Amino acid sequence: MSRGVVSGLLLVSTVYFLFPLWWLVVSATKPFGRQFSGNGLWFEGFGLLDNLTRLSAQNDGIFWRWMLNSLLYCGVGAAAGTLLSATAGYTLAKYRFRGRAALFGAVLAAVLVPKILFTLPLYLMFSGIGLINNPLAVLLPGMVSPFGVYIARIFAEQSLPDDIIEAGRMDGASETRILRSICFPTMLPVLVTIFLFQFVEIWSNYLLPAMVLTDDRLQPVSVGLVGWNASHIAVPRPLVITGSLVSVIPLVVVFIALQRFWRSGMTAGAVK
Amino acid sequence: MITRSTAAGYAARARHRRPPPRGKRDIALNKRSLFLFCGPFAALFVAMYVAPIVYAAVSSLYVVKRSGLGLAPPTRTFEPFSNFAHAFGDKDFVAALERVALFAVVQVPLMLLLALGLALLIDARSARGKGFFRLAAFMPYAIPGVSAALIWSFMYSPDSSPLNGLLEPAGISIPFFDDDVVLWSVANIVTWSWTGYNMIVIYAALQAIPREVLEAAKMDGASALRIAWSIKVPAVRSALVLTAVFSIIGSAQLFNEPAVLQPISSGAVSSAFTPIMSAQAAVTAGNYPYAAAQSVVLAAVVGLLSFVFFKLTRRGEPR
Repeated sequence: MSRGVVSGLLLVSTVYFLFPLWWLVVSATKPFGRQFSGNGLWFEGFGLLDNLTRLSAQNDGIFWRWMLNSLLYCGVGAAAGTLLSATAGYTLAKYRFRGRAALFGAVLAAVLVPKILFTLPLYLMFSGIGLINNPLAVLLPGMVSPFGVYIARIFAEQSLPDDIIEAGRMDGASETRILRSICFPTMLPVLVTIFLFQFVEIWSNYLLPAMVLTDDRLQPVSVGLVGWNASHIAVPRPLVITGSLVSVIPLVVVFIALQRFWRSGMTAGAVK
Repeated sequence: MITRSTAAGYAARARHRRPPPRGKRDIALNKRSLFLFCGPFAALFVAMYVAPIVYAAVSSLYVVKRSGLGLAPPTRTFEPFSNFAHAFGDKDFVAALERVALFAVVQVPLMLLLALGLALLIDARSARGKGFFRLAAFMPYAIPGVSAALIWSFMYSPDSSPLNGLLEPAGISIPFFDDDVVLWSVANIVTWSWTGYNMIVIYAALQAIPREVLEAAKMDGASALRIAWSIKVPAVRSALVLTAVFSIIGSAQLFNEPAVLQPISSGAVSSAFTPIMSAQAAVTAGNYPYAAAQSVVLAAVVGLLSFVFFKLTRRGEPR
């Protein structure tokens, strides 16, 4: 195949992947109410600031509250989830103890069961113990990442020689200190990967927060925007478009900024 | 770089010391540290993963009965097979299962072929532009499923679709919400979201092929296509199996995209379009045990399929 054909095919695929995002950016900058006029591919006037002002004013500025909720649920959930699953994955990789095989088997099985299936029973359990409309109902499930344990274990096995841990012990370091000062720094790429994946997963989870958080002041931005979209008479669609753009910016920025890390982290999980 | 060299430094120092006695290489961990390292994860795992499964499995064995007039509170009775018989006799639920199966059979191979093709193309390209194309393909993964569905719902919008706007001069208008088309409109959103992710996984496996092997093939006069087919594709086999299993599991979870499209689909996306939507409808109707039974059936089907797929693709692998 000639270079031209390769470049041509790659260009076509890039247009496919970026077209909807381009449309979103262009539409959010158009003057309010003109989002669907024109061909949708090029700018027409400038109304981004006006759109943002209207977005902030809608329902007493609840949109920013939703964004804050999302950042909080995802940030706290992903940070705790990364710490827990990296520690567990490291322990599974480097120590022999009773129940090790059983624990890893259970984790692997959990990776293979569609996650959404846990949502309905979780909802019923949470309503049984009065956790409805409590942020914990979203935070607690977000802190568990079987996939994180899985890739942390593989990465620790490949990149942490036993000698390093032995050396730390001979220097008199405690197990916790060995983990914190020697192993975690080496595992940094996989820690960032787990954090990002978990962050995106919690941010994308729609059904669970939609069921357990009925108070709209507690909802994350995904649930809020879908609610706005479904009620298209009450909330004008240009606001849903502008809100969608604002809501995806944090994730896109984080992914581009941390590219170096998640790429090496993902490689660890894929190449066995 | 700093972390790598720190680790290497420790490894070097370790080599200078007395080697540990043979046969005692496995590190014994004291109980307290083990509890500290694995305990929190294990406890939350039991609470958030094991307990819901047990809860669903147990409650699927009961039946909720309401009296004809709805005056008496509903009663629960133990009838282990009743909900499952109901599920397999429920036309909407069976249709949802079949719809998702059709979806998986068509969408998963198409998406993986696309991902494999992209990975090969990017791999074949000289260094310039590689990073850009890789990032462009991966970008949709950073867009959460619900947001992706919202954005595409504007693309599909019956009265103002920008896609149909572009096609208008050619006299083409795609009926995204026709009964026969809507499943593939959903498939397109899923493909858009996940192709780049799968491409990165396959691309990583391509990078692991020793360069000498590729050089040798080139010296022997093999064409780029021949090298791709005979060396690269077999080398990424396990990455393909991995992505296929995760994609099959993903198909079973189908919910966000059809749920977001439902309000504007004028009926093409029914309330029991996918098995999860069907279970969700049962919850809304207050029939929790039936929703639990549907979840159990779906979990069993997916578990079985993933297992069979693993077995089939692992057969004949040299190990």
